[in-house]
Amino acid sequence: MAHAYTPGLKVIPCTMFRKRRLLPIPGRVMAQLDQQVDALYVVAQTELPGKVFSVNVANRLSVAPEEIKEFMVKSEGQPVKKGEIIAENQPFIKWFKTSVESPVEGTLEAISLVTGQILLREPPKLLPIKAYVKGKVVEVTPNFGVTLESEGTFIQGIFGIGGETNGEIVMAVASPDADLMPEDLSEAHKGKIVVGGRHAGLAAIKRAVELGVNAIVVGGIHDRDLRQLLGYDIGVAVTGTEQVGITLIVTEGFGMIPMAEYTFKLLHSRNGEKASVSGATQIRAGVMRPEIIVPGFPKNVTECKKDQDRGWIEPGDPIRIIREPHFGVIGTVKSLPPELTKIGSESYARVLTVELAGGEVVVVPRANIEVLEK
Amino acid sequence: MSKKDLEVIIATDCGSTTTKAILIEKKGDTYRQTFRGEAPTTVEAPFEDVTKGVLNSITEVEELSGRRILDGEKIIIPNDGNTGADIYVSTSSAGGGLQMMVAGAVKAMTGESAQRCALGAGAIVMDVLASNDGRADHEKIERIRQLRPDMMLLSGGTDGGTVTHVVELAQFLKAADPKPRLGASYKLPVIYAGNNKAHEQIKEILGDRTALIVTENLRPTLEKENLMPARHKIHDIFLEHVMQQAPGYPRLMKMVGAPIMPTPAAVGTMTEKFAKANKFNVLAVDIGGATTDVFSVFSGVFNRTVSANLGMSYSISNVMAEAGLANILRWLPFDVEEQDLRNRLKNKMIRPTTIPQTVEDLQIEHSVAREALRLAFDQHKALAVGLKGVQQERSISDAFEQTASGLSLINVMKLDYVIGSGGILAHSPRRTQSMLLMIDSYQPEGVTRMAVDSIFMMPHLGVLAQISEKAALDVFYHDCLVRLGTCLAPKGLGKEGQLIMEWEVKTPEGKKESGQLRFGEIVHVPFDAPKAKLIARPVKGFDMGAGPGNSIEAGIEGGVVGLVLDGRGRPFNLAKTPSRRRDDLNKWYKAMSMYPV
Repeated sequence: MAHAYTPGLKVIPCTMFRKRRLLPIPGRVMAQLDQQVDALYVVAQTELPGKVFSVNVANRLSVAPEEIKEFMVKSEGQPVKKGEIIAENQPFIKWFKTSVESPVEGTLEAISLVTGQILLREPPKLLPIKAYVKGKVVEVTPNFGVTLESEGTFIQGIFGIGGETNGEIVMAVASPDADLMPEDLSEAHKGKIVVGGRHAGLAAIKRAVELGVNAIVVGGIHDRDLRQLLGYDIGVAVTGTEQVGITLIVTEGFGMIPMAEYTFKLLHSRNGEKASVSGATQIRAGVMRPEIIVPGFPKNVTECKKDQDRGWIEPGDPIRIIREPHFGVIGTVKSLPPELTKIGSESYARVLTVELAGGEVVVVPRANIEVLEK
Repeated sequence: MSKKDLEVIIATDCGSTTTKAILIEKKGDTYRQTFRGEAPTTVEAPFEDVTKGVLNSITEVEELSGRRILDGEKIIIPNDGNTGADIYVSTSSAGGGLQMMVAGAVKAMTGESAQRCALGAGAIVMDVLASNDGRADHEKIERIRQLRPDMMLLSGGTDGGTVTHVVELAQFLKAADPKPRLGASYKLPVIYAGNNKAHEQIKEILGDRTALIVTENLRPTLEKENLMPARHKIHDIFLEHVMQQAPGYPRLMKMVGAPIMPTPAAVGTMTEKFAKANKFNVLAVDIGGATTDVFSVFSGVFNRTVSANLGMSYSISNVMAEAGLANILRWLPFDVEEQDLRNRLKNKMIRPTTIPQTVEDLQIEHSVAREALRLAFDQHKALAVGLKGVQQERSISDAFEQTASGLSLINVMKLDYVIGSGGILAHSPRRTQSMLLMIDSYQPEGVTRMAVDSIFMMPHLGVLAQISEKAALDVFYHDCLVRLGTCLAPKGLGKEGQLIMEWEVKTPEGKKESGQLRFGEIVHVPFDAPKAKLIARPVKGFDMGAGPGNSIEAGIEGGVVGLVLDGRGRPFNLAKTPSRRRDDLNKWYKAMSMYPV
């Protein structure tokens, strides 16, 4: 049977998965092998070295760089408080006395007799890494962190902004083609993961931020709204560190695109349950998509499958078309002709035929579809 | 093995997504590329061994050619009739290529020299630090700490000059305690190529914390750049440190018969060899999904820049951000809602492997490509600067020319040859599209030949040129370049419809073409003769390279497109009124048979 490889986004009612939770620099691992942890449990933490500040003592005291050692009140390695004197001259007339005060609290790290500068370092900052998902520690990476194993509903979005957060899933609209409007949101949504349908406009997103909603999951957004929300254009899809007061996950793409019915129904089946979500997206090497994870089984599911990536498509597979002229349309693979076919742009490409809901059959380059993985 | 023994060569380029293998065989006195194969690159999980992809791509060459090249996981060396190859060479840009951070005392002097040095060695420059770069000291230290480069190049000061600035930079570097991108357990390689008077102090400051390598000053005097010693050190460290940390590279290094080169360095080498062999001024561009590399050789001086976030898929949205929507929209002969265009480009960014299915979508991608090429060229011109009256061997700049008033080395009137590569240029459905895209982006003046590297073979040939320049150039001429033709563009401005040039071309076989060019029009003449003589007689006020109004005679090339006579004038500006602009675009696209009607 003809087949082709086209990976899609994962939308799985229940799957076993692993999450690596590692520190960027060595630190202390707080969780132990086989330990069951909650999403907010700190599994590892480290101290990030403090910021470094320089002060040009030679300039401030009007002396040559090699002379500053004579005027230093503090020596290398000594702690200093903000505003504390670190160097001063000793003139005959007190009136001409000049002092150099520390601009920060920290430690005097280095004194340079070549440049006449000193370097001060602020105290280290604690960096904790939380478990993010409820699960079991199955591997400990000494000094860096742990690997967690868990099972539950796993849904990938196509694009997101904002970091990791947690909360209860709340369906704010009745159908996948309904738009999330500002009036759909209320005080009751504070701290929740709000699921919309086709589209969320800037007004709805801003309203959610005001109300303290933790995350919005929606089919599509307009790029113009995203620009206004962030204050800049996202040039390259590397996200997750935005600080806009909310995590936003788009399941289908940019524009007004109904959320895939299957995704909407699955989220609906976990309504009221606690979920872990992340907007972090990275499209280049080491692809990362935003995700919604709900630990445990949906009510109607009894079996939890291992994540199996089949790696090809076959006639009968449900797919989504991801480029004009049928962008966002869902259909079923009808056939996979092996030969190169001339498409509208006059390029020759490998194509497939797709049967749409009304029975219409269209020809689409294989590069322009995405399997709806279940 | 001596060079004359080379009969069969196998070469690979390990790209971030695909590993491409080519087989080169000597046919009579000429080397020709005979078969090619490709396979997904296997640097990342689950394989984490680059050699798997290399062997797979070579296996495809074996299947297509019938030649047995592999014995298990080994390449059979030397060739023995129908088995093996005489040498195997490779380039690599997998795993993000070579990523560097550079520092210099003064941004416009040693900072720029260090940048040119690293770029020429094939690196992506993540940041340029300088004492006067406008950032507070603690911001510089934070920046060093955040970025995790493969190596760092530290320069600053002329030999014997003041040491203060470079020592200060070294102290910041020490305070930041930077970590390398690959291999958490090894020290970050730092190449010091600054004031020789500061060697001892630099060793004292950085000797313990980093893997310090001291080499000759890349800017020994203000008037001279000496980039090669530092570039050689960059290549040495790329092989000894960086490659050793990348998955499978230690094995790959044992398989090759010549040092592995970073892909852009190999493309640069090939561009230089081609320019030198023909005494051409050359511009070569590779527009990819994420980045656009620009290489130039002008008056024998080589320059390379990489625009890290100008590309056609991963970075397409950044092209929109940098160029502005209006600049993308100006190339479209139809109306598109701003919101629709924004959403389309963002959807391409998040699904980068999709391809345009409709002509309208293709035209949108072509509009973005023009702007990406233009912006990358602007960045290139800003870095490739020189000084009047200074001997320019490897030294392309000096103090005065690096100011804002500095003259760029790039002179489009003196540009002889443009080579384009990357999907949008190499695989356009019609070759006229590739040619007009490059003409619109670079606005060449006078006589400019144009070609595309259809399957991006320049990396393989660049690394091969280290062993056999003849083999590399033979394949480059016969199999790599797809000659598009020649662009004839008089410089000057006139009235719409005014006669601006009369022209005539004649092949050695006596075939003749002639005509007139009027202001505001494009004339496309299919012409495929490999060589021909041009006589162009521009009218008063229009220049084809010999001064306004002066006739020229020049050698030109035909090709798969032919001659494109561009009468739109230089500098070329699109009409301001939308309807007039759309009419012009439609007229030009029709003249070039750019798109199906």
